[in-house]
Amino acid sequence: MMDLRELYQDIILDHGRHPRNFRAIEQPTHVAQGYNPLCGDRVTVYLSLDGDRIADVAFQGRGCAISTAAASLMTEVLKGKTVEEARVLFAQFHARVTGGEPEELPEPLAEEAERLEPLTGVKAYPARVKCATLSWHALEAALKGGGAGTTVKTEWQDGP
Amino acid sequence: MATASLRTVNSRESLPGGFDPRMLRREFPIFANNPDLVFLDSGASAQKPASVIDRVADYYRTDYANVHRGVYRLSARSTELFEEARVKVRRFLNAADPREIVFVRNTTEAINLVAQSWGPAFLKPGDEVLISVLEHHSNIVPWQLLRDRIGIRLVVAPLDATGGLDVAGFEARLSSRTRLVAITHVANATGAVVPVETIVQLAHRQGAKVLIDGSQAAPRLPVDVQALGCDFYALTGHKVYGPTGIGALYGRWELLSAMPPWQGGGEMILNVTFEKTEYQEPPHRFEAGTPDISGAIGLGAAIDFIEELGRDNILDHEEALTGYGVDRLSHIPGLRLLGAGQRRLGILSFDLEGVHPHDVAQILDQHHVAVRAGHHCAQPLMEWFGLSGTTRASLGVYNDERDIDRLAEAIEAAREMFGR
Repeated sequence: MMDLRELYQDIILDHGRHPRNFRAIEQPTHVAQGYNPLCGDRVTVYLSLDGDRIADVAFQGRGCAISTAAASLMTEVLKGKTVEEARVLFAQFHARVTGGEPEELPEPLAEEAERLEPLTGVKAYPARVKCATLSWHALEAALKGGGAGTTVKTEWQDGP
Repeated sequence: MATASLRTVNSRESLPGGFDPRMLRREFPIFANNPDLVFLDSGASAQKPASVIDRVADYYRTDYANVHRGVYRLSARSTELFEEARVKVRRFLNAADPREIVFVRNTTEAINLVAQSWGPAFLKPGDEVLISVLEHHSNIVPWQLLRDRIGIRLVVAPLDATGGLDVAGFEARLSSRTRLVAITHVANATGAVVPVETIVQLAHRQGAKVLIDGSQAAPRLPVDVQALGCDFYALTGHKVYGPTGIGALYGRWELLSAMPPWQGGGEMILNVTFEKTEYQEPPHRFEAGTPDISGAIGLGAAIDFIEELGRDNILDHEEALTGYGVDRLSHIPGLRLLGAGQRRLGILSFDLEGVHPHDVAQILDQHHVAVRAGHHCAQPLMEWFGLSGTTRASLGVYNDERDIDRLAEAIEAAREMFGR
């Protein structure tokens, strides 16, 4: 078994304790809720789009250190990105945490993706992959045009 | 019948008092194969003694054939073993008659059987089913399905400030409209012991029937359904050190014999024409299709195992260890043990300030301590405590103080890692 400190790296513990962009956006253009039926954790992701660009992104909710840190890091990475860049970043992140084949990203996206590296420790802990992807699934649901009432569940989204 | 028990009993003979979890552990192969394992998740599912594992394998090797079918000797022997297992469950619950024992998959199926067979036959719109805040989802959802189907009302008895069932509050919700009380014996999420003797008396005084969810109680307490006077009692095999996929529903004969079938098929019929089918008497009326024969036989072996240990001995052990656990965990700063009322048995459910249960369980796993984290299929109870989930340690016959010490040490490590 790998050392637990590879799962709970300092940056994860820090973002878990002091999540960034942990707030609601007053008038979001997009919002959706992520729900993990396994643990009952919920996260709401708020987006404010300016044209095709993410002007602001924030989240609220109750979750474990991994899911809180993942949401926090996601908001930091996504600010200023286009919707397409967000999609590419999620696809790459998803592949990295589920043991898939991550796509090569062009700079400077590759550098942004690297900031999510501390979260990839979850791939050794299948039960925790959903914690790392919950906020991203909510983001995806929000971008697909979900309203405040949209809830995406992690079940079946990420094996096993 | 082939080998009665392959378990080595010589280890136990050398024990003073006859109950030593460390020695007992030798009878559970899982511990030999996982030497560092501190298993504190028996409330989810108990580990299996070699006697159960071997009995199931042995049955397949020497006596296997379908039951209640063939005229050949092997099938007759298999049927005899299957029905012998039913007699063991009768004895385990002290039911009056083995025909009052229906084999099911698990407690969930037992409760669904009552809800789907007894429910529509004996309840009408406006009748009330009374449950409690302590219930597992399996004793909530079947009644909601019944409510949506036939228009009964679901009433929920509250808890007192200590997390135990509020008996006065329960009594206040009983009325002539209450037709069934469906309540747990030991709450799976907190270990709260419900005073079921009192509940049965109160319910019967109002003419209501009583179903008891014995999932957590059956492995820990002696159960006597006749002394209790309950109408239904449900248990699952895998929590009493038996195989998965098998459980039992006890139902009083007057009730079972008046209940219609809930699933149709083979095994449950006397005679079938395209116009009309005559059904078997209970329990076979409720056992459509080929049952889990090996599971039932394995459950019988598990009951033998428990009874050899002595159910009073198991209760003494669980009570002492629960007490030790409460004491040990209470000294950990920031740890809140969920209230279980006046009496807690076998389950220690807690919240660690500032640390999510999944993070606690992850650290514990690193220390080879296996516990359950989450809502324990009791979301309304979690809500009552104002939590989305907890970390739960649950005890078995193979646990001792050292396991609790290892748990406490691992919790301290989690506090250290997540401490601010």
